[in-house]
Amino acid sequence: MCLAVPARIVELADDRAVVDAMGNRWKCRTTLTPDVKLGDIVLIHAGFAITTIDEEEAQKTWELIAEFDEFQKEQEKGSPIE
Amino acid sequence: MLNRIMTAHRQMDAACEKVGGQINIMEVCGTHTVSIFRNGIRPTLPRRLKLLSGPGCPVCVTDQGFIDVMLELAQHDDCIIATYGDMVRVPGRAGSLETNHLSNVKVVLSSDDALKLAEKHPDKTVVFIAVGFETTTPATAVAVGEADRKGIENFCVLSGHKLVIPAMRALLSDANNKIDAFLCPGHVSVIIGSEAYGEIVSEFARPCVVAGFEPMQIIEGLAEICRQIVRGTAQVGSVYQGVVSAAGNTTARKIVAEYFEPYDGYWRGLGTIAGGTLRLKDKYKRFDALERFGIEEIPAEELAGCLCGKVLSGLIDPPECGMFENKCTPDTPVGPCMVSSEGACAAWYKYGRIRKRRS
Amino acid sequence: MNQREDKKILLAHGGGGRLTSNLISSLILPRFDNEVLGKLTDSAAIELSSSSVLFTTDSFVVKPLFFKGGDIGKLSVCGTVNDLAVAGAKPVALSLSLIIEEGFETALLERILDSAANTAAEAGVRIVTGDTKVVEKGSADGIFINTAGIGTRVAGAELSFDKITPGDCIIINGTIGDHGMAIMSKREGIEFELSIESDCACLADLTCKILESTPGVRFMRDPTRGGVAAVLNEIAEGRRCDIEINEKPVPVNPAVKAAADMLGFDLLDIANEGKVLIVASQDSAEAVLNICRNHPLGRQGQVIGRVAETAAEAPIVEMITAIGGKRIVRTPYGRDLPRIC
Repeated sequence: MCLAVPARIVELADDRAVVDAMGNRWKCRTTLTPDVKLGDIVLIHAGFAITTIDEEEAQKTWELIAEFDEFQKEQEKGSPIE
Repeated sequence: MLNRIMTAHRQMDAACEKVGGQINIMEVCGTHTVSIFRNGIRPTLPRRLKLLSGPGCPVCVTDQGFIDVMLELAQHDDCIIATYGDMVRVPGRAGSLETNHLSNVKVVLSSDDALKLAEKHPDKTVVFIAVGFETTTPATAVAVGEADRKGIENFCVLSGHKLVIPAMRALLSDANNKIDAFLCPGHVSVIIGSEAYGEIVSEFARPCVVAGFEPMQIIEGLAEICRQIVRGTAQVGSVYQGVVSAAGNTTARKIVAEYFEPYDGYWRGLGTIAGGTLRLKDKYKRFDALERFGIEEIPAEELAGCLCGKVLSGLIDPPECGMFENKCTPDTPVGPCMVSSEGACAAWYKYGRIRKRRS
Repeated sequence: MNQREDKKILLAHGGGGRLTSNLISSLILPRFDNEVLGKLTDSAAIELSSSSVLFTTDSFVVKPLFFKGGDIGKLSVCGTVNDLAVAGAKPVALSLSLIIEEGFETALLERILDSAANTAAEAGVRIVTGDTKVVEKGSADGIFINTAGIGTRVAGAELSFDKITPGDCIIINGTIGDHGMAIMSKREGIEFELSIESDCACLADLTCKILESTPGVRFMRDPTRGGVAAVLNEIAEGRRCDIEINEKPVPVNPAVKAAADMLGFDLLDIANEGKVLIVASQDSAEAVLNICRNHPLGRQGQVIGRVAETAAEAPIVEMITAIGGKRIVRTPYGRDLPRIC
């Protein structure tokens, strides 16, 4: 019920922003997070930023992709696919 | 990561050992339901640790009467129905928005888009189908506020917004409930704050742990619950660091409180839940679609034979419903749990079977 | 066509008279010039090197007409070339039929034709015959294109469900879901700028190389509508076998995944236009993979699964997820609706 993804604010004017998530740009409103600044990482849901995310935590979530890759290399030793 | 998974599993095993019987953890968020199934988490859990899917799919708990009102409004030529994609296939008594092939239905990704539609088509009335929990409600509130300030009078809202904590309370107040703990929704908690679950913890002594939606988040959320079970405590916890705060988003809650008020509305399958549904306050009633079109009250009706209610309360698993996979499939859904992309039945059908290996 | 004329296509352009022949001579012939088409006979005469001929057709109604990484022109050539390629053929010739809505901008038509011509040239196929019709405003959504194609079977390439054997490997040549997500960005109501491009491409060069050098290829199919999920289920049903897939090696572009996450889509369900799923014997899998990885369209090729034993009951496609979990993969429902609430 709560699809939301982290994205970085790359443009900001009043309560309208453009955010970037892995190179994709979306428009969003920052009405619910009035204190955000350019460069902040926010969580976007239904076209609105609902909170800022601590940069380190956001990297961890994104980094999970890199972690999965490492995990995959470990798993490949015992991979069910030969 | 392998280490983290193994640590989590050790904690789960310890809890199962301690309890000696089945542990039932309920998640109350459709996005958790989908993530659990898409990542295939259930088969990896200890057999005695059971995940119950609760009423976390806002489309599923929207009652039949609401759907029928939506379909009725869609028949008006001078209306544009602006809706999130989730609602398009939900069946009412006379089909769904999709099967009715209506040209005045627009799928939107944001309440902002619905408002823009109203500005673009001043000769039509845009009815925004406002379904969703606390994560989604603020977006509707902002739209109503703007319609009010800018005088966009051809915009109105059919409000089905609901609240999670009254539902949790209602579930635990049922003597038949099997719930030992809650895995709490990550993004609802962004808005309401993790301390909001304090009332559930103190009243019902069940651990409430907030988790995000990545698979590791869910696994570690379950592990945290198990740690509490081993310690014999019931507390509010969170593994969604850096995202969910104790206090939540007060700006968002203030905006919602300006335009909406809770009342004892009807939830499909769960009945009336005290303070569980939101409606527009009197001051903004002109933006309420029911008021605009002179509809007195949304009649609460259930589909005969449909067991969505039992599924939503976690009392049965979808495969225990006699219609699952035969009469009721995603292509021919009987109830919303099968058609909603976040419904438990749909998730079970789409992801849930395991291959029987021949020995 | 001269300056004064026709910034837009008129009904008369499809009428068979002067305007039609103007359109053909000024827009079509110069772009697709080859001696067969140039004869402008009612039917094209082609010499084929083999009597083992494969024949296919497809119609293209994609919306939007132009997207990052391609357009309907490129798609209409790639789509048919790929249907021949994955069936084990070397594509030889295509027909190109246009149904154009009255009022369609000539400049856009030229762009589309350029695209089709360039794609065909790069793929080494000739467009040898075609047709142009114009219909009243409202009767076609801008432009519809049909292409039919013929090709000759690559020697020794006998691809079918029956050839598939338990233990066979399933290989994909690259990242999934790119095309579907690229299209999504331009649909009405969804306004975002994607950094991702459609993977629209002609696969014939890759598939022919694989078939010419590797004997153990059992079956191939391109995962277009319905994505990889649909094709895996088709294979499972067609061969009455279970399939095991491993999520980790499935190549995914992180930007595509981020877009899918935002809208609630599963990339396994999303269309591809430059990908092929290859079922190959265990012995030949490595060779197939090497050819992929040495080809521009297969650099991220991976073995993503295997054919398990014959199904006990209804065949199942099962996936081991990235965290070691288990789930099944089903054929998706026909229409993709973005999830939000």
